[in-house]
Amino acid sequence: MDTNNIVSPENLVYAKPELMNDTHMHYCPGCSHGVVHKLIGEVIGELGLQETTIGIAPVGCAVFAYKYLDIDWQEAAHGRAPAVATAVKRLNPDKLVFTYQGDGDLAAIGTGETIHAANRGENIAIIFINNGIYGMTGGQMAPTTLDHMKTATCPEGRDINLMGPPLKILDLLALLDGVCLATRQSVHSAAAVKKTKRMIKLAFENSLANKGLSIVEVVSTCNVGWKMTPANANEWMVENMFPVYPMGDLKNI
Amino acid sequence: MSEEISLLKGNEAIAYSAIRYGVDGYFGYPITPQSEIIETLMEAAPWKTTGMVVLQAESELAAINMVYGGAACGKYAMTSSSSPGISLKQEGISYMAGAELPGLIVNVQRGGPGLGTIQPSQADYFQTVKGGGHGDYRLITLAPNSVQEMADFVGLGFDLAFKYRNPAMILTDGVIGQMMEKVKLPEYQRRRTEQEIRQQCPWATLGKTPDRAPNIITSLELDSAVMEKNNERFQAKYREIEKAEVRYELVNCEKADYILVAFGSAARICLKTIEFAGNEGINVGLIRPITLWPFPSKIIRDYADRVKGMLTVELNAGQMVEDVRLAVNGKIAVEHYGRLGGIVPTPDGVLEALKEKIIN
Repeated sequence: MDTNNIVSPENLVYAKPELMNDTHMHYCPGCSHGVVHKLIGEVIGELGLQETTIGIAPVGCAVFAYKYLDIDWQEAAHGRAPAVATAVKRLNPDKLVFTYQGDGDLAAIGTGETIHAANRGENIAIIFINNGIYGMTGGQMAPTTLDHMKTATCPEGRDINLMGPPLKILDLLALLDGVCLATRQSVHSAAAVKKTKRMIKLAFENSLANKGLSIVEVVSTCNVGWKMTPANANEWMVENMFPVYPMGDLKNI
Repeated sequence: MSEEISLLKGNEAIAYSAIRYGVDGYFGYPITPQSEIIETLMEAAPWKTTGMVVLQAESELAAINMVYGGAACGKYAMTSSSSPGISLKQEGISYMAGAELPGLIVNVQRGGPGLGTIQPSQADYFQTVKGGGHGDYRLITLAPNSVQEMADFVGLGFDLAFKYRNPAMILTDGVIGQMMEKVKLPEYQRRRTEQEIRQQCPWATLGKTPDRAPNIITSLELDSAVMEKNNERFQAKYREIEKAEVRYELVNCEKADYILVAFGSAARICLKTIEFAGNEGINVGLIRPITLWPFPSKIIRDYADRVKGMLTVELNAGQMVEDVRLAVNGKIAVEHYGRLGGIVPTPDGVLEALKEKIIN
């Protein structure tokens, strides 16, 4: 058997999702964003929704999300993606509308838009990347930064007496009647990736079924911002982030 | 068939006109003196008839970003507010200008600065025509002086916004918003289908079809060389708008020795001043800019050769007067008369000011 016999459709175990183009990613090696982008591309492809999906990109590391997936995109101002998505979905009720936001975008500057879109039960999906730091601007403190965690704007570590404890915004959102799915996942292992993909799919299906707002929080690494190797960042996340941001569904109805 | 004439407030006329024009979405937040716009829309419930979406947003910020989202889908999306709320919308307006999105913003001005007063003002002239938000951009600005123009400028605003892919503003004030007049509303026009929008706006994000690349609506470009090109494209568009879309009204200018320059409610007051001046044998005319950007500089420059002086009348401390002076370029005296903080000038007061500042 030579190579040509092996390269055949029935032997295919893995492929880049069709919706993912060949643009070089700007993400740092070891970053979780690329994996989550891939999952979104896979899910949209599997659901056959390329022609009816509109993505809303944030301000933050994922500001260029629109470069990597071949769907229609809008780039929102910092924190405003849920407001933008609200109008897109209400004016196009048959489309899949999702936002892709980081912790600064969703849980700091965009808290108002996030909570009110959720409370109105907008039929949109939010993919929420929580890495506890502002990556794009060079590693400053986020609302989700852990107690004692060092960043560029808390070089001695976050002092929760001064800055408050890490904001568990998913817990807040799960309380709202407009939210049908609030789940916390990660992509640090093959099993976790599979589970996250399942939840993204569910979130998109919920949106299409007009069940209300779905949010999938992906607890993620920022190994460069955290000043760690990718492997160490994964270990650090499991040891330190997971106790504060436990995995699993807070709400799934 | 007899003409259909309604008696409406300026704010109500905006609301009804929006429904009839086939607007797809209105997103607003209550603030005096313009809350009748969203109240009228909620009462009319157009989602049951034309399918127009009407949503009370959680803030002015959210509302303008909803307009951004709707406009990015090629929809007719609009918002309205009054001065403090319009300040909050400036970020979104800048993003819309940067992403070349067409949409309509209505500012029913009240006195500032800060929380100010709920009484009428024209003190947002600078904010509207000189920038407001960050970056080199321009906002197509229409200044109605009647309830009829409030109704008419909804359609005109959307037409211009979509023609040039640029946000447009109706800059009005508490006088025009609150006063009642006879008005003929526009004919009903059906909302465009998705197919029609896809044809009219090939850039719209309505889902990628196999025959084209993804549509991406963004104002972001990190490559300075490309960003400069983008800015040059915007500027070329602005020059085109300045060439083609200047609108103004002339009243009694042919025989005038003196000219008042005023827009919106101030222009209404000036009409009475012209009458009073005529009774005293003083020939006064009015140039009323209808578009504040693009500004009718040329006609003002032309009249500078023919009259002895000009007085701008504004409900502010002297803003448009700067543009009139730029147009006149020192040929004749140009002065300003205004009342502040929500006080509306009287026709007599304008005549007195004309005598004091220009004639004598």
